[in-house]
Amino acid sequence: MPAIPTEIIEEKLKARFPESILQSVMHDIHTLVVDKNKILEIIKYLYEEETLGFRFLTTLCGLHFPKQTGAEIGAMYQLHNLETNTRIRLKAFMPVEKPEIDSVTPVFSSANWQERETYDFFGIIFKGHPNLKRILNLDTMEVFPLRKEYPLQENTRKDKDDKWFGR
Amino acid sequence: MNISVVKSPEGIEGSGFFATSLAKVIGLARKNSIWPLPFATSCCGIEFMATMASHYDMARFGAERNSFSPRQADLLMVMGTIAKKMAIPLRQVYEQMAEPKWVIAVGACASSGGIFDTYSVLQGIDEIIPVDVYVPGCPPRPEQILDGFMKIQELVGKESLRRRNSEEYAKIQERYHIEG
Repeated sequence: MPAIPTEIIEEKLKARFPESILQSVMHDIHTLVVDKNKILEIIKYLYEEETLGFRFLTTLCGLHFPKQTGAEIGAMYQLHNLETNTRIRLKAFMPVEKPEIDSVTPVFSSANWQERETYDFFGIIFKGHPNLKRILNLDTMEVFPLRKEYPLQENTRKDKDDKWFGR
Repeated sequence: MNISVVKSPEGIEGSGFFATSLAKVIGLARKNSIWPLPFATSCCGIEFMATMASHYDMARFGAERNSFSPRQADLLMVMGTIAKKMAIPLRQVYEQMAEPKWVIAVGACASSGGIFDTYSVLQGIDEIIPVDVYVPGCPPRPEQILDGFMKIQELVGKESLRRRNSEEYAKIQERYHIEG
């Protein structure tokens, strides 16, 4: 079956969620910036609507743009329609002071660990997640290490001269 | 066939008797029957597999018996990157080993964190457990691992029987917060 044209996807989404589709870009795949309060509903609609049928969650991850005031933290979802081989990317941004978004685990069970990972590295609180705790890092870790304010390098070492190690 | 047997230690020999010190005999026995516990987490572990296999053959040094229970191991061989999350089980394995015990850090990562200068990786296992021999390399060749192993043998053979009760050893344990 041929891929679903991007215009049709957008038309359908805009008809259903007139206020919530904020931006649409064609950046290697069709990318939509959406209202973070509507993310679960939008993903559910994309899943359930017969003609769209995005029934596979390819990936989910966090974003951090410290200069984007009021929308520093983002969550990114890539969905796939396996029958027509159509892909779509959704992004939702939220302020760093209150990084909260609905969990998509009611639609995709596979989001469970991916949301835990995103919480672990970016500190995004997924509301409604059944078991939101760290998954890869030490439970005692106090920071969200992939946020830009935290240095990548290990700071406990004294033997590495900054001059040679590019710090 | 050319078979070489371990040389007997210095001592007084006569017809029908041989006398030497107990420490030398025990050292000889220990160093030629080390049971290693491989703690392999990455590519250095692959080199270790080659070291153990027939071509390089660790059995030549009396170490063919890998112990996968820390309770019956003499030598902890740490090979590979140790993430901070892995540091906890590593420390636990070390604590479960019975005295006398030795530790060898194989490769750059186990020795210093290697190229992984990052928040999630332990910058050398000597941050959490005492290390006897470091083997450099990324990863080291089997010959280097064997050389490191022979250095351990040297330490084991020469170790005083009282070392584990010494003040110096207690200080090392204290530094690593290990209860003796």
